[in-house]
Amino acid sequence: MKLDTSGLESAAPLVGASSGFLDGFADAPSFEVPTTNDFDGFQKEAIQMVKPAKGTTTLAFIFKDGVMVAADSRASMGGYISSQSVKKIIEINPYMLGTMAGGAADCQFWHRNLGIKVCRLHELANKRRISVTGASKLLANILYSYRGMGLSVGTMIAGWDETGPGLYYVDSEGGRLKGMRFSVGSGSPYAYGVLDDGYRYDMSVEEAAELARRAIYHATFRDGASGGVASVYHVGPNGWKKLSGDDVGELHYHYYPVVEGAVEQEMVEVAAA
Amino acid sequence: MSIFEYNGSALIAMVGKNCFAIASDRRLGVQLQTVATDFKRINQVHDRLFIGLSGLATDAQTLYQRLMFRHKLYQLREERDMKPETFASLVSAILYEKRFGPYFCQPVIAGLSDEDRPFICTMDSIGAKELAKDFVVAGTASESLYGACEAMFKPDMEAEELFEIVSQALLSSVDRDCLSGWGGHVFVVTPTEVKERILKGRMD
Repeated sequence: MKLDTSGLESAAPLVGASSGFLDGFADAPSFEVPTTNDFDGFQKEAIQMVKPAKGTTTLAFIFKDGVMVAADSRASMGGYISSQSVKKIIEINPYMLGTMAGGAADCQFWHRNLGIKVCRLHELANKRRISVTGASKLLANILYSYRGMGLSVGTMIAGWDETGPGLYYVDSEGGRLKGMRFSVGSGSPYAYGVLDDGYRYDMSVEEAAELARRAIYHATFRDGASGGVASVYHVGPNGWKKLSGDDVGELHYHYYPVVEGAVEQEMVEVAAA
Repeated sequence: MSIFEYNGSALIAMVGKNCFAIASDRRLGVQLQTVATDFKRINQVHDRLFIGLSGLATDAQTLYQRLMFRHKLYQLREERDMKPETFASLVSAILYEKRFGPYFCQPVIAGLSDEDRPFICTMDSIGAKELAKDFVVAGTASESLYGACEAMFKPDMEAEELFEIVSQALLSSVDRDCLSGWGGHVFVVTPTEVKERILKGRMD
């Protein structure tokens, strides 16, 4: 009897080593390292130059009908708001989404890399879509290979595969966690507050979408670095679908209409002792 | 991060025809965390004199109390209100007292003189006065405010138009700043009345 061990080999086993045109295609791309005596110092400087836009709120959770993914849309540099319309939910393929927190360039590049090279190639080689588990592990391995070199990525990989809904948290420190509920970014503590309070596994899609939207809204309210639009995506057995994208500026007055005669805070004189 | 940006603020004062407007945002934060959205940064000194204090909130409140104390002493001794120019000099002197350990505030002063001539001025945290004929701005959104005011200011506006311009300048500026916003607070002062309005704004 002969065992088929091809599954144990690294990605894209169908492409021979000598076939030229796809050489190194499935490998993580490698970057040139600067020639300098003080590599650590150089890196410290380089990291400052591409100071990542850190303020973000993203969340994702698994419930009975799939995975709900939501994010805000603000990009900030220090105190300055550089954009209110950033796409922080990245569509890796029709069944998988990635969220973006940390460095925008790092997240965009590695998610695209994951989508077009790793996942697509896996499909071509194995005639089936890659699992969320597999994709997230490949991403985590790539990020781990650059550990300590200044990449800034905090992402969730959410999708639907043969085993059902999948959700992983992956970061540039090399961490990879499987879970039912995550939130990443500077606004995540606020989002967790709403999420943990309102979460039930047997929610309907509508309930889950509203919970996700509300969690993002509350995070944008409290966190100065989060804001813009609250986008909500749902991933089910037939792939992902964008459910809503609401301007938080309007959402606030939808949730909390202005009531007349609100109590005003005043600077009052301290009464004489 | 600078201590001036610890709480976040946006302040603006603008001159119109025999009137002026002074406006601020309503946020009080601790760095990126929004703690209150009904904070007052603009204070009325007397009928037609206002001071807005941007920067560190604790110092703004302390400074305001000291200024009001000195103004009351002045009222008792002189039996009249201070002229805006005089008050600006008082603020400047009080700030320079703390030359080597300053209040972390940038004040904006706006008032109407007895002849209904508007007066606006700002200064740095150690009291260097900066008089202006058109508008002054302060706070974490000051760069955006300068841009908005530079583009929108027109000379000799009537009170209603002035209110509109100041409000639009404030709201569009704080939408580009993480640390200020969450609504606005506007005073428009004419020789006959003081109009105070709360602005609805983006709450993110």
